[in-house]
Amino acid sequence: MSRTRIAWIVLLVLAILLPFFFSSYRVTQFTLVLAYAVAALGLNLLLGYSGQISLGHGAFFALGAYVTAILVAKSGWPHLATIPVAAAICAAAGFAVGIPALRLHGLYLALVTLGLAVATPQLIKRFDGLTGGTQGLAAPSPSVPGFLDFLADDQWLYLLNLAILVPMFVLAAGLVRGRVGRALVTVRDNPIAAKTFGVDLAAYKTRAFAVSAAYAGVAGSMFTITVGFVAPESFGFALSFSFLAAVVVGGLATVAGAIFGALFIEFVPVYAADVNEALAAVIYGGVLILFMYVLPTGVVGLARRVRLRPKQEGERDAVVVDRGVAGGGAGERVRAQ
Amino acid sequence: MERFVETLIDGIATGSIYGALALALVLIYRSTGIVNFAQGELAMFSTFIAWGLVEAGIPLGLAILLTLAVSLVGGMVIERVLIRPVEGGQELTLVTVTLGLFILVNGLARWIWGSTNRGFPSLFPDGSANLVGIGVAWESLGLVAVLLGVVGVLWLVFQHTTLGLAMRAAAVDPAASRLVGIPVGRMLMLGWGFAAVCGALAGVLVAPRLFLDPNLMGPVIIYSFAAATLGGFDSPFGAVLGGWIIGVAEALAGGYVDFIGQDLKILVPLGVILAVLLIRPQGLFGSPEVARA
Repeated sequence: MSRTRIAWIVLLVLAILLPFFFSSYRVTQFTLVLAYAVAALGLNLLLGYSGQISLGHGAFFALGAYVTAILVAKSGWPHLATIPVAAAICAAAGFAVGIPALRLHGLYLALVTLGLAVATPQLIKRFDGLTGGTQGLAAPSPSVPGFLDFLADDQWLYLLNLAILVPMFVLAAGLVRGRVGRALVTVRDNPIAAKTFGVDLAAYKTRAFAVSAAYAGVAGSMFTITVGFVAPESFGFALSFSFLAAVVVGGLATVAGAIFGALFIEFVPVYAADVNEALAAVIYGGVLILFMYVLPTGVVGLARRVRLRPKQEGERDAVVVDRGVAGGGAGERVRAQ
Repeated sequence: MERFVETLIDGIATGSIYGALALALVLIYRSTGIVNFAQGELAMFSTFIAWGLVEAGIPLGLAILLTLAVSLVGGMVIERVLIRPVEGGQELTLVTVTLGLFILVNGLARWIWGSTNRGFPSLFPDGSANLVGIGVAWESLGLVAVLLGVVGVLWLVFQHTTLGLAMRAAAVDPAASRLVGIPVGRMLMLGWGFAAVCGALAGVLVAPRLFLDPNLMGPVIIYSFAAATLGGFDSPFGAVLGGWIIGVAEALAGGYVDFIGQDLKILVPLGVILAVLLIRPQGLFGSPEVARA
């Protein structure tokens, strides 16, 4: 068994034990971390692996959240049954966004997806017949099933979300390690080479968008399951920005990074608010800029570099792998010093 | 008919503000190839400085001039300190840094001044002038005049001074410019400085129409992105014309298309951005991007 796998299993055990050691308030925060981690993972599949920027993943998150809320509140569906629906609808929406995205790159794609993020709350308000408008929509969280009645509500919701998160992570890890992941990275780093090897650029890019949006949608469902209520203010463009922050902080093109990133975006505002509500934004902004200068590969990238330090050759490999992701600019110069 | 003309004029007036901010975006894009997502927030911050000066008892005109000077220096410092290290880097790096700046500046403003709405005095007198039988608010005339003045000054600087020539050269070919002795770094700093001035102007012009709070420029920047995209990201005249077109389109759509109304007005600029990028990515007056396969 590889060391990474052992580390993952230890992490999973710790994650399962976690709700029994914290207050109910903290456990709910950790439950949201799980939802954000899935969203960050989805965005990272797009940003880190396929190299397409999206500042609008909050829109897919909102779509997933509302699909679950509407199906539960208005049609009486069981919560878990709504998740595949949310994933499918978001995948379709992501695919639809992915098609015009083929013709846009970098800055322009950032602009268009930013528009998506900005329009989301307005669209939710406009279709108030379905979404409840500014009033929001209540979709009470699932209650603890009888055979697990030793769990408190918050512990049950946490474990339920963890049970959704684990397969999502396993799936993503498999996806990026295999043929698809290699193809995506080649599409990102050298499209011409990818084409030469017979990789269909358009198909891979649009599918990456679809999968990534589906992840955000599932994360949205997890959000609704946890909070039991959705309203347009929860899905402003700040949400999309924090997903980007999560990816950058955790580390581009890493699976584990999503967890660090999600912890960051959940807990920094919580602690910063003790000083001043606006401080969280100042820290977010500062950290985003700082990471681009000194840690363009995020927390996980740093961990990798530290681990590979004794092997000079190996370190150089890591640098090459990271380069395409982090950008020639900041990353390169930092290493050159 | 009269309502139509009024809507039109209102659109052009609002469009002038979008144009001023779009001009700021264009100035930075031309000199450093960066779409500055933080431009609106920098403008908001400048507007707060102007507000603070007015509160301190300085007359509005002087306060605005002082603000423009502070913005010029501020823009230059930001370029030198925050942007220079990542210049020429990958697009994701650039987007992330300017987004970080966006969040940082917005947070700073909320920290310093809080989130309450504040009134901001207008530069222009109330009432309206009578132009061929149609009443046009002084404010609308003033907005258009200020924008045209800014464009005129920029045109003179860029086309008829050595400094402007050096700035254009530094933007087009930094390496060759260095060889002929142009301090390229300082030129890029100036580009950001000029942009900050344009942004500050847009801020103090729009603030009396809305309320001054840290989210002042949130909607405005989207319209300005649309204006710059429509006009072409590297064309100053395109930015101005784009601003007017977007302003008029917004006013007409909000007033005449029932489905859109006030709630979904924001979809107008977004639709324009998407349509332009798909049909004519270089915009109306921009130069097309050429890539070597």
